[in-house]
Amino acid sequence: MATFGDWLNKRFPLRELMREHLTEYFAPKNFNFLYYTGSLLLLMIVLQFVTGFLLMAHYVPTSQDAFASVQGIMYDVRWGWLIRYMHVDGVSLIFVLLYLHIGRGMLYGSYRKPRELLWIIGYTIYILMMGEAFLGYVLPFGNLSYWAGMVITSIIHSVPFVGPALSTLARGGAGIGTATLERFLALHAVLWFWILAAAIFIHILALHQVGSNNPDGIEIKDTKGADGHPLDGIPFHPYYTVKDIFGVGVWLTIFAAIIFYAPTMHGVFLERTTFSPANPMVSLPDVTPPWYLAPFYAMLRAVPNKMAGIVLMAVAVVLPFFLPWLDRSPVKSSRYRPVYRIMILVMAVTFFTLAWVGEQPPLPKYFLLERAGAAIYVGFYLLLPIISRWEPTRKVPDRVTS
Amino acid sequence: MKIMRKYAIVAVLVAGVAGLSVRANADTLLSLPAGYFNKPAVIAGAKLFARHCSACHSVQSLRFNRLASLGMTKAEIQKDVMLESGANYLQGMQPAMTLAQAKGWFGMPPPDLSHMVRNLGAGFIYNYLQSFYWDPSRPSGWNNHLFPKVAMPNVLQPWSGIVTKQGKVIEPGRVTPAAFHKKVADIVAFLRYASDPSVFTRYKLGGYVLGALIAFSLIAYWLKKEYWKDVHSDSAKHKK
Ligand code: HEC
Ligand code: HEM
Repeated sequence: MATFGDWLNKRFPLRELMREHLTEYFAPKNFNFLYYTGSLLLLMIVLQFVTGFLLMAHYVPTSQDAFASVQGIMYDVRWGWLIRYMHVDGVSLIFVLLYLHIGRGMLYGSYRKPRELLWIIGYTIYILMMGEAFLGYVLPFGNLSYWAGMVITSIIHSVPFVGPALSTLARGGAGIGTATLERFLALHAVLWFWILAAAIFIHILALHQVGSNNPDGIEIKDTKGADGHPLDGIPFHPYYTVKDIFGVGVWLTIFAAIIFYAPTMHGVFLERTTFSPANPMVSLPDVTPPWYLAPFYAMLRAVPNKMAGIVLMAVAVVLPFFLPWLDRSPVKSSRYRPVYRIMILVMAVTFFTLAWVGEQPPLPKYFLLERAGAAIYVGFYLLLPIISRWEPTRKVPDRVTS
Repeated sequence: MKIMRKYAIVAVLVAGVAGLSVRANADTLLSLPAGYFNKPAVIAGAKLFARHCSACHSVQSLRFNRLASLGMTKAEIQKDVMLESGANYLQGMQPAMTLAQAKGWFGMPPPDLSHMVRNLGAGFIYNYLQSFYWDPSRPSGWNNHLFPKVAMPNVLQPWSGIVTKQGKVIEPGRVTPAAFHKKVADIVAFLRYASDPSVFTRYKLGGYVLGALIAFSLIAYWLKKEYWKDVHSDSAKHKK
């Protein structure tokens, strides 16, 4: 009997897609907890889309009413507080996942051949996400939103030649006001968001072309069985679908605990200065970015000269793009590279230290920390080509370890 | 060894996040009593606020009728919080005086207090309200240790009494220091509620949501284990 399925598959390659990407897509069987991050990021992006849509139903993008409309969502809209906390805390949690996801890639050499393009697309997503977060940050028009908007657009202003025109374009005028909010909302919810979504789609396509790496950094496609399938691979569905569902359960439990019991995370996820309305007359003593952008801000401040600081920050943001070519070791995973492993650990500590110091007021006592942090951060990338050439490596097994 | 390493990494990350969440607080002198924040305290605080603060300060974002969710009746709200002033039950809390009057009296309008707790911190406000001292050089006669040259007078004088900068008591308060602390803590409890009225719903609902999600995770874990049995036996086969 011709089923609906047959009818459909003659007209749309549903069965093929399922086969290619789920039931006959083989993933290494030795994934650890860091490999939950990809599917959780997908989940979180979808949640941001849904909660963002609901917020937009009540948000008013004018300098007069933006703050009050957001408070209206918190106080008067039924379940509005839940939607807004989900959206706001969702951002911080996405960056937690992104840092684990990127850190995982660095730990296991996932950026190496043949995954260079996958890495570049992924890192592009990260940069797009920083932009998306900044655009959203200005919308509630608290005083921090206003001054953060001023600071960032003034950084755009200092770009040579086109800077002034660009910053006027970004602000929609000379200052931050209704025109700014209107275009930021349009970017945040439509153009920028969909570019981000498209980049994520391409990321997954690229991943499925090369297949996943794993904690051992061994290509499972190199050891195939008689049936042509990798011996160390298992079909994504059902094995990783059930595993990822478990990951979703644990992750949502953490997410819910934050939303219900610490939605501002003591002023880290939702900063204190976002709770007073935007006021051009009341400048904030220190405009610090949210924690997830703070490492780069700390590097900006590490140099007394504004232009030099901006250049250092731009270099710090761009450097990871070159990782696939800076690493010269024959071995991928840090499991078999003791020196590289230590470098990664130092880098992780440095990054979180920079995040902390970037949140502190600009006091001279922090300069040393900021500079040391910036030096280690840049030094990691500059030393990697040299160290990776002579560093001792341990014997990599032929098959994945479980 | 591997497990240890995993825990070490997690520990470093947790320490990092914890480090981020510890923010320097303003020089806190007194700390709010543990458990000061509960529904009866918020209701008591709302009544004290109406009597001592609402003449000057608005709480725009909080509508009077919202207080009914704390268990107050409409009559009680009208009598003890709206003070039968003719304010609108469905509107946000508005001060009795106009903006122009406020500017004339204090040189600036008293700020809206809806989000003040989240902006300044509950601990700061608790201390601020108890740090007024007598200073004849100020137009109002009052100054504040935590907010020098503040425009707000010490409206809680009947409780706090009059104290000089050095702490010399000119006139003792009419209530004991312990009772004074308690009243101020109640006002702060009300302001904390006003800054986030979903709080009690959140706390209550959170338990159910977490319970459901933990149950879901356990079932998912069991499911995963069932499915993965053959992966582990497979790899055993390969080894042979
Ligand atoms: C007589 C009018 C008046 C009354 C009554 C009044 N305040 Fe104020 N309050 C002010 C003014 C004016 C300011 C602005 C002070 C300044 O900026 O110098 C202020 C400021 C504040 C601030 C902000 C302080 C800061 O650090 O920015 C808080 C909190 C506050 N009041 C709480 C209260 C509470 C709680 C009550 C009731 C116990 C109260 N006020 C009663 C006039 C008043
Ligand atoms: C919202 C953003 C992102 C989403 C939704 C996403 C999604 C995914 C998914 C579903 C996977 C496969 C599952 C997994 O390995 O965890 C994956 C793998 C990968 N991603 Fe991402 N990703 C995002 C951002 C990034 C970023 C910012 C980078 C790098 C800078 C990156 C680099 C990689 C790499 C290298 C892999 C392969 C890892 C390996 O096989 O070891 N991704 N991503």
